[in-house]
Amino acid sequence: MEAISVITGTMAPLPRANVDTDQIMPKQFLKRVERTGYGEFLFHEWRKADPQFVLDRPEYRGAEILVTGPNFGSGSSREHAPWGLADWGFRAVVAPSFGDIFRNNCTKIALLPVELSPKEVQWLIGLAEADPAAVVRIDLDAQTVTAPGFEAHFDMDPHTKWRLLNGLDDIGLTLRHQDEVATFEATRPFFKPTTVSR
Amino acid sequence: MARTLFDKVWDDHIVRQATGEPALLYVDLHLVHEVTSPQAFDGLRMAGRRVRRPDLSLATIDHGVPTDNRHLGIKDPLSKRQIDFLVKNCQEFGIPLFGLDDPRQGIVHVIGPEQGLTQPGMVIVCGDSHTATHGAVGALAFGIGTSEVEHVLATQTLPQNRPKNMAITVDGDLSVGVTAKDIILGIIARIGVGGGNGHVIEYRGSTIRSLSMEGRMTICNMSIEAGARAGMVAPDDTTFTYLEGRPFAPKGRVLDAALAYWRSLPTDDDAAFDTEIRLAANDFEPYVSWGTNPAQTVSVTGVVPSPDSAENPIEADSIDRALAYMDLRPGQPISEIRLDRVFIGSCTNARIEDLRVVAAMVSGKRVHPEVSAMIVPGSGLVKLQAEREGLDQVFLSAGFEWRDAGCSMCLGMNPDILGPGERCASTSNRNFEGRQGAGGRTHLVSPPMAAAAAIEGHFVDVRSWS
Repeated sequence: MEAISVITGTMAPLPRANVDTDQIMPKQFLKRVERTGYGEFLFHEWRKADPQFVLDRPEYRGAEILVTGPNFGSGSSREHAPWGLADWGFRAVVAPSFGDIFRNNCTKIALLPVELSPKEVQWLIGLAEADPAAVVRIDLDAQTVTAPGFEAHFDMDPHTKWRLLNGLDDIGLTLRHQDEVATFEATRPFFKPTTVSR
Repeated sequence: MARTLFDKVWDDHIVRQATGEPALLYVDLHLVHEVTSPQAFDGLRMAGRRVRRPDLSLATIDHGVPTDNRHLGIKDPLSKRQIDFLVKNCQEFGIPLFGLDDPRQGIVHVIGPEQGLTQPGMVIVCGDSHTATHGAVGALAFGIGTSEVEHVLATQTLPQNRPKNMAITVDGDLSVGVTAKDIILGIIARIGVGGGNGHVIEYRGSTIRSLSMEGRMTICNMSIEAGARAGMVAPDDTTFTYLEGRPFAPKGRVLDAALAYWRSLPTDDDAAFDTEIRLAANDFEPYVSWGTNPAQTVSVTGVVPSPDSAENPIEADSIDRALAYMDLRPGQPISEIRLDRVFIGSCTNARIEDLRVVAAMVSGKRVHPEVSAMIVPGSGLVKLQAEREGLDQVFLSAGFEWRDAGCSMCLGMNPDILGPGERCASTSNRNFEGRQGAGGRTHLVSPPMAAAAAIEGHFVDVRSWS
């Protein structure tokens, strides 16, 4: 996984609440068996219905930060949603809150989920709408989001932060503790089922 | 220290807990399906890793399968390729598979409990957000993404931050015509689609205790629609009776040991929850979702709300958008909404009890001439059981289509989809824009509400319908 330290870029504003992963990546694109190539399908139905949708406006084309409403990424666990956002070119999503599974999925692929207060997010959305070229700086180590005249702090659990800063993938980390897994496994109750037909 | 049901199951699965790190949890059962697994298996291959415990994994095919004319094969080349990948991956990595030719094939969240694989006190994961269904037996079950699927395949564990405890207690007797589906729709309407974020919900109280296992599954299933990681119900005699004799359930002396453990799981009397909500059974009515998220739900006797009722501009905007998408106007009575389609199915409501209720209601009646209605059983075994009871004949005589098992029109990854503008009463779990087909309009309801709507062509209050 790619390491994240500082993300500096422009924003795309999407001031909507409860954007579910069905909207981010509609189901017809979940039939692919690849992990890449989802960017073009991002928000497919919304873009089809509205040629002026934010992603298709030239002034927001190069945006690396999506700024959006509360509970972003609710619903389905499909990792295709963060894959699509990352593939499009986003490196961070800023929102007042996220769906739990979506947030987890983002941190597995180095797409940074940043939670700010509703007021702070509203301020950034206002800035992005007024000045699409406005540059925002997200510093993961300092846990800050800054723009001219704006500074906000965000929370991040220390382990996830360390993992993202170092670009470490979870599987490699867990495999370092295989002995502990084996010890635990040896003490599992005998009545737990297996899927091998009896 | 007094602990909740969730605390006990969590604590019993901690492989490793280092300061400042998430807990590393052991996974007792990993359910796998075709849509969220191919990239995970590819990841294993690229890293030269094996599946640590194929004997704690079970795969089936549910999301992309056609529900009719299966003998003709799968026409959609992408779905066929995805399904072929799963079959090949299961062979290569030694994972048991309930394939398309297996009578036990079905929706992953229907077959786990049906086989008795879903047991109290287990940690169960699956690359699907409705994994919460399995919490009905007192397991901790939650949905994960594909990177996490790969992690579980490789290590049989998952690093997780500990969620908070939420208790939702419902006491009293439900009125006739009010179902488990109405309880969970009513809860989501009250706490909102983000109300459970960061929490595991334990459903408690006499109303929950009086529900069958299948009713409890319906409630736990939709925990994710309130944003919760998981939903749980403490195991009791209803649970133990349900599990008895199922193929993978313990028997004899093994059962005695399991029962002793299972009986220790319910929340201690003085355990504390981070959040507590108390409701009375008579707070609930038959509900119909009118909007584009499951919290946008009102009583069947109600009317479509107005953006003026919103508490803030973002909510007003979301009501506006939902009204436009659903082609409804504020103040419109729910009972006047006319339907084109009815879908009875999904991991929320496609088990045998759901089908029995529907059959009892539509027996001797006819589906409204302007409505096309389909019933999709949750598994091959549910289908067989329904046919043994003659329910299929009731459905067919009433003009319903009777299909093979799968996720079907809950998410429309197979050929079962709504056309643009079509309006559907659905027993599924999500009314998101385009969920059942691009431009399709979904109203979430209980199985009896869907049955009555199929006959009448519009929503009716099942409490006064005959």
